[in-house]
Amino acid sequence: MSQAVTADRPAVTVDRREGILDRISDFLIAHPKLLTLLLLLPPLLWIGVVYVGSLFALLLQSFYSLDDYSGLIIHEFTLSTYAQLLETANLQIILRTVMMAALVTLACAIIAFPVAYYAARYARGWVKALFYLAVMMPLWSSYLVKIYAWKLILAKEGILTWLANGLHLSWLLDGILAVPILGGPSLSFSYIGTFLVFVYIWIPYMILPIQAALERVPVNYIEASADLGAEPRQTFWTVIFPLALPGIIAGSIFTFSLTLGDYIVPTIVGNSRLMIGQAVYTLQGTAGNIPLAAAFTVVPMTIMGVYLWMAKRMGAFDVL
Amino acid sequence: MSSEPNQDRPLGLRIAAIAGLLFMHLPLALIILYAFTTEEKSFQFPPPGYTTKWFWVAWSQRPDIWPPLYLSLEVAAIATFLALIFGTLAAAALSRAKFFGRETISLLFVLPIALPGIITGISLRSAFDIMGIDFSIWTIVLGHATFCIVVVYNNAIARFRRLSGNLIEASMDLGANGFQTFRHVVLPQIGTALLAGGMLAFALSFDEVIVTTFTAGQQSTLPIWMLSELIRPRQRPVTNVVAVFVIAVTLVPILVAYYLTREGEHIGGSSK
Repeated sequence: MSQAVTADRPAVTVDRREGILDRISDFLIAHPKLLTLLLLLPPLLWIGVVYVGSLFALLLQSFYSLDDYSGLIIHEFTLSTYAQLLETANLQIILRTVMMAALVTLACAIIAFPVAYYAARYARGWVKALFYLAVMMPLWSSYLVKIYAWKLILAKEGILTWLANGLHLSWLLDGILAVPILGGPSLSFSYIGTFLVFVYIWIPYMILPIQAALERVPVNYIEASADLGAEPRQTFWTVIFPLALPGIIAGSIFTFSLTLGDYIVPTIVGNSRLMIGQAVYTLQGTAGNIPLAAAFTVVPMTIMGVYLWMAKRMGAFDVL
Repeated sequence: MSSEPNQDRPLGLRIAAIAGLLFMHLPLALIILYAFTTEEKSFQFPPPGYTTKWFWVAWSQRPDIWPPLYLSLEVAAIATFLALIFGTLAAAALSRAKFFGRETISLLFVLPIALPGIITGISLRSAFDIMGIDFSIWTIVLGHATFCIVVVYNNAIARFRRLSGNLIEASMDLGANGFQTFRHVVLPQIGTALLAGGMLAFALSFDEVIVTTFTAGQQSTLPIWMLSELIRPRQRPVTNVVAVFVIAVTLVPILVAYYLTREGEHIGGSSK
């Protein structure tokens, strides 16, 4: 390249670059929009065609219906499948799942906040690194292994029962299990079990965005708040918490969405009442009722669509 | 947010933070304990005795573990490779240009992770059905790559945003073409972010089970093997041993990704 800049030639000439790569490069730099398009096209085709295309294929199926007698799918436009979705049994499944997702999200936020707050505000040096790894390790360790760990914990002969006996609290455990809807034959066949496992496996998804949001709170703000006479508690609720809120919302996108669509947790730890994910799985598998399964998936899609739209308005995407 | 080291740390906060961390780690520790139990039929606690024989059993007497393991590694490698290419391209395009619809497109790229896995799974399955595509390793890869792209994209776009435009302009002013600038200026700065993103994508694919149950047909990956062991246990302690192995395998990419992104803060520091 250095031959372009010599004493007897101007430093910048139009044709100082010779190779084909140079020409392509020059052309693209002269046409930045084309460059963006070229970069964007392959990934956009993948996500746009493979992913969004499949979503539309699924959506289309929800407007078909299943012939009750032959068990075959009738390929004609109808809203009868959606009418089926509104039957009591199916509405209960939806309501149950949304309730579970909301409770899990709330519990995750409550447990995650102190961890994120301590990590962002007080942890320094190796303690901070330790906190980070302590959150990343459960986040990336195997999903199934984590569920399996709770199968061990919640089993009738497992550690919780052993602890309850040791502490002379087995009456409490039996009492909890005897509660009509929440309880069951053992914790690993109850809503409580399902709830605990969900909270456990999604909690890192909540900690990381909250911590990211808290890390961005400028120290000046906190000092200014204190200088202006605010108590630490006031500073927390009027300065720190509002700034951490986008982080909580970002985290809740994961905890809520992941709970809505999960079918493995309630299958392994839980009672026999279905959640949306399990309904979809059974309907498309053994029952062969793809239209109703598709209609069921529209529920979490719609909920998450609204949720994402609201989250974006509240600035939650900046901390993702 | 930073503060003076001598600032008092509320006791309640410390306890809540430590309790939170314990809640996240004790269950995993328990799995390791159970890999050594002599009890085969139940999850009895405390274990009646301890043995290392299950590691030997898993290694030598259970040939059904190996094909799923190989398939998982293969799928994860291909999906990560595809994700690295597509994720980087998307991040490069969306970080540098402002155009109409950019926000919508960036939302589109997060969608495969924001929507529940079961939707991705059943959508792909019904698309395969409609198009008459038979299940194979490639249908699994297709599903995995779709969400792995998001992981690479997220890692890459964070670094691209920090990348100083001055350095690129300087490189061009000094006579390098776009490709040379990419190779010698951009790549060294985004390299660690890509490697970290790739590691995480690999771990994610290696572990994925929900989408895979819809796109795998008759083949099983290691998570599918585990799932069937969870639903219909054959030798519980062997499952424990495989679980410990999986914990160990996923630990390595996490530590490496952590190390890489920590170092990265010094490399990209010019634009801060």
